[in-house]
Amino acid sequence: MALDKPYLDVPGTTIFDAEQSRKGYHLNQFCMSLMKAANRERFKAGERAYLDEWPMTEEQKQGVLTRDLNRCIAAGGNIYFLAKIGATDGKSFQYMAASMTGMTQDEYAAMMLAGGRSVEGNRYVGETKKVQRN
Amino acid sequence: MAKITASVFTSHVPAIGAALDLGKDNEAYWQPLFKGYEVSKQWMTDNRPDVIFLVFNDHATAFSLDMIPTFAIGTAAGYAPADEGWGPRPVPPVTGHPELAAHIAQSVIQDDFDLTIVNKMDVDHGLTVPLSLMCGQPSGEHPAWPCPVIPFAVNVVQYPVPSGARCFKLGQAIRKAVESFDQDLKVQIWGTGGMSHQLQGARAGLINRVFDNAFLDRLIADPAAQAAVPHIDYVREAGSEAIELVMWLIARGAMDDVAGGKPPIVKHRFYHVPASNTAVGHLILENPA
Repeated sequence: MALDKPYLDVPGTTIFDAEQSRKGYHLNQFCMSLMKAANRERFKAGERAYLDEWPMTEEQKQGVLTRDLNRCIAAGGNIYFLAKIGATDGKSFQYMAASMTGMTQDEYAAMMLAGGRSVEGNRYVGETKKVQRN
Repeated sequence: MAKITASVFTSHVPAIGAALDLGKDNEAYWQPLFKGYEVSKQWMTDNRPDVIFLVFNDHATAFSLDMIPTFAIGTAAGYAPADEGWGPRPVPPVTGHPELAAHIAQSVIQDDFDLTIVNKMDVDHGLTVPLSLMCGQPSGEHPAWPCPVIPFAVNVVQYPVPSGARCFKLGQAIRKAVESFDQDLKVQIWGTGGMSHQLQGARAGLINRVFDNAFLDRLIADPAAQAAVPHIDYVREAGSEAIELVMWLIARGAMDDVAGGKPPIVKHRFYHVPASNTAVGHLILENPA
């Protein structure tokens, strides 16, 4: 029987539920490993070799190597875990957030200063012509 | 007997901690935010509790995907500030209150809430940023927070997270537990996280002032109605990470009026956009003497 998941029609949003968590377990645990300085150094010295130590899918590895956070999220990543890749790169959270929206960091920061992204037109997939990628 | 004297509600944005730690709090960007907490710091000095019961969430710091407790109570003697990838925050370790924490665990589990008991845990910005905002940065030869803290971590990272209704009832069970503790302690309960924000995907940066202010209104005046609001409303209206706001209902559920007493006194209310990616909300509610 299908479970109740009323959040699948929110645009540009992937809810990290038990199913996503199952898919993303190794990807997210790889991210956790970057909380240790020695692991950050090893990862930076050879990203592919480090990733190959983890039983991740090729899609997950490519998402990490290209720093495409939306691709990582689709493959089961969670943003709090993925943020550790950005920390390893010396990037701020705002840089990472901007990278997922298709905006530059400056454009994104200006949007936040102006009050943030409006919810109008952003509640349901297909609500407006500017459909956001889900 | 121990008594809950007040509840405090605040966002716990990590960039606020970074701004304080790097001495950026006088910059134009941060000034309006820190100004909103001046009253709060004075209030904390004037109303120093014996213990803070601090409801927060861990952000993939102490809890990886190896274990995901829905509710976790800290019964340790102390907790170190965590290294979240940028190095630990330069703030003092947190002193616990193991006796009261163990008493609350015993009582609340017997009231049918399945708490995980944690005896070793580093605490991340979810816990230390509210302490910095309310207490200021501890300084001096032996810097320390003003009182012991019981950390209470709620899973709001992996869905399904606990419902608002369950959080509200849990607050009531925590109140009952505190009030049956045999020492005369003044206990504050803090609910942290929120307000509107989304940190992921193409919709990142979502802010909803109308939703946030309606939430504050209802949290004050009709918390039972707010507790009935389903998760999807938070996600759709205020962003995927706004779901942290269910934690505020735990603190609100522990106030006198929910147990048939008088309504709380609103000592302070503040709202500001933005702190990095997030809307900041803050309330101080006191139980009438």
